[in-house]
Amino acid sequence: MNTEAARIAFTRTLLELAREDPSLFAVATDSRGSVTLTDFADELPNQFVECGIAEQDAIGISAGLANGGLRPFVCGPACFYTLRSAEQVKVDVGYSHANVKIIGVSGGVSYGALGSTHHATQDIALMRATPGLEIFLPADGPQTAALTRYLAKSDAPAYVRMGRAAVPTIYDDGARFIPGQANRLRSGRDAAVIACGEMVSIALEAAKLLACDGIGVSVYDMHTIRPLDEAAILEAADTGFVLTVEEHNIHGGLGGAVAEVLSQYKPTRMRILGLPDEKLYSGTSGEVFEHYGLTPQGIAQTVRQWR
Amino acid sequence: MNASELRILANLRRADAITMIYRAKTGHTGGAMSVLDILTVLYYDVLNVRPDMPLYPDRDRFLLSKGHSVEGYLAILADRGFFPKEELRTFSQAGSRLIGHPNNAIPGIEVCTGALGHGLSVGVGMALAAKRTGRDYRAYVVMGDGELGEGSVWEAAMAGANDRLDNLYAIIDRNGLQISGPTESTMALEDLRGKWTAFGWDVCECDGNDMQALLAYFHGAHPAGRPHCLIAHTVKGKGLPFAENRKEWHHKVPSEEQLQAAYAALGVGGVEWA
Repeated sequence: MNTEAARIAFTRTLLELAREDPSLFAVATDSRGSVTLTDFADELPNQFVECGIAEQDAIGISAGLANGGLRPFVCGPACFYTLRSAEQVKVDVGYSHANVKIIGVSGGVSYGALGSTHHATQDIALMRATPGLEIFLPADGPQTAALTRYLAKSDAPAYVRMGRAAVPTIYDDGARFIPGQANRLRSGRDAAVIACGEMVSIALEAAKLLACDGIGVSVYDMHTIRPLDEAAILEAADTGFVLTVEEHNIHGGLGGAVAEVLSQYKPTRMRILGLPDEKLYSGTSGEVFEHYGLTPQGIAQTVRQWR
Repeated sequence: MNASELRILANLRRADAITMIYRAKTGHTGGAMSVLDILTVLYYDVLNVRPDMPLYPDRDRFLLSKGHSVEGYLAILADRGFFPKEELRTFSQAGSRLIGHPNNAIPGIEVCTGALGHGLSVGVGMALAAKRTGRDYRAYVVMGDGELGEGSVWEAAMAGANDRLDNLYAIIDRNGLQISGPTESTMALEDLRGKWTAFGWDVCECDGNDMQALLAYFHGAHPAGRPHCLIAHTVKGKGLPFAENRKEWHHKVPSEEQLQAAYAALGVGGVEWA
């Protein structure tokens, strides 16, 4: 099985595009190493801005660069951009409609053993309640590359959350990516699993386990949280049971978004699988997933129990 | 434009601003008055802006980071022709785009401001964009003195010096008062000149309500390789005898009698749009 970290696909694609488009800028907060932007900074120094450890400043500077006709991608750990600089994201980017792409790497519990200071498990909730930004959680390398190509042309502000680790490749290189349109990766009649980000490949494994039990499960990759693909959610509800799976607090994330749609337009039995509302268990991200059942077995068990 | 012409314009815009506050029954009177001479010099004499083409790429960039002083700013933008003056009647009315802080739905306003401590970072980005794209516009950011309590201001101060942005101007409306009282008894700022100097900025001070002094500063020579900070010493409530240097006028609304007293003190008969 091929694997690739989303951030690697992102920086490779951004560098390719930026060689041809001098308006594409990368902005960092002493984060060029963690984001893998060192090659970009070395090769295109005129299109690279180092802000030091100052996330609030970096978001504001990016809004100023956008005002000057540039297309900044401000890149650093998701935990710092969505909380430390939340007001700059709200005002300078969202409210002011500045064409800034906020790239949060090492999202969720990617930095598992570093503890909650370095976890980004509220970011989807925060960004969902901040008007003006598109929100993406790509599932693998090829999809991240396609998303990056979209972002480089788009005039809309956006927040993207990526994980740190290499994840299994789901999509072919050059696969079509349509913002706001979920991908149904597998079809089944007994239940639907809607996942985003790194949870998508795990959900697909869960569906295989359930197929062995004779339970047919649809799996949706909800790579775009805003604009949300409500039609796909309503379609998923036709199975009679919807499970959402996310590397995020169970409040306000993908599960909340899906529940808002279903409770208003098509009340459906559902469960939200994510990280509980507590001080999190510590370990590698894999160990944290294991602890909270964010695994093929955990997802399969939840479907068996609740559908 | 000479200093006496600018003084007349500033008083006309003060009359507009106090009328807006009187009509809306809301506003930030003190700061709107202290900063008005700075805004007048910038918008009638210094800034390269085009009301007929607000997004002209080579325009100078201006940010009112102390966004609560919006009334005089809106009056100036309207008078310069960025939007119809009659629209000032809608200030703070339901559904208006003329809200209580700068709103970039209004032509001429670059970025929404009002949450303090944001403007200088955005100004750094604007000035940096000019440097990186070979344009020669400048970025001017007006901040309040109380605003300097926000830590993000000092992040931006470091960045401006680090990037040697000599096309960036930070202008501090040093009226000495914030909502709770004197800045020095709320969160002391002095030695303010020493702080900006230590951060690597070219620092000047002047009387920020003196047109001649402001003209001399903005038309003077400024050293290359460093961003510029003007500590403009002003009087909160400037021009309104009942409001000058009184902290309660941070966001107090004038009575009808005070409005008339303001017109008399400013030497204007009223405003034509109201």
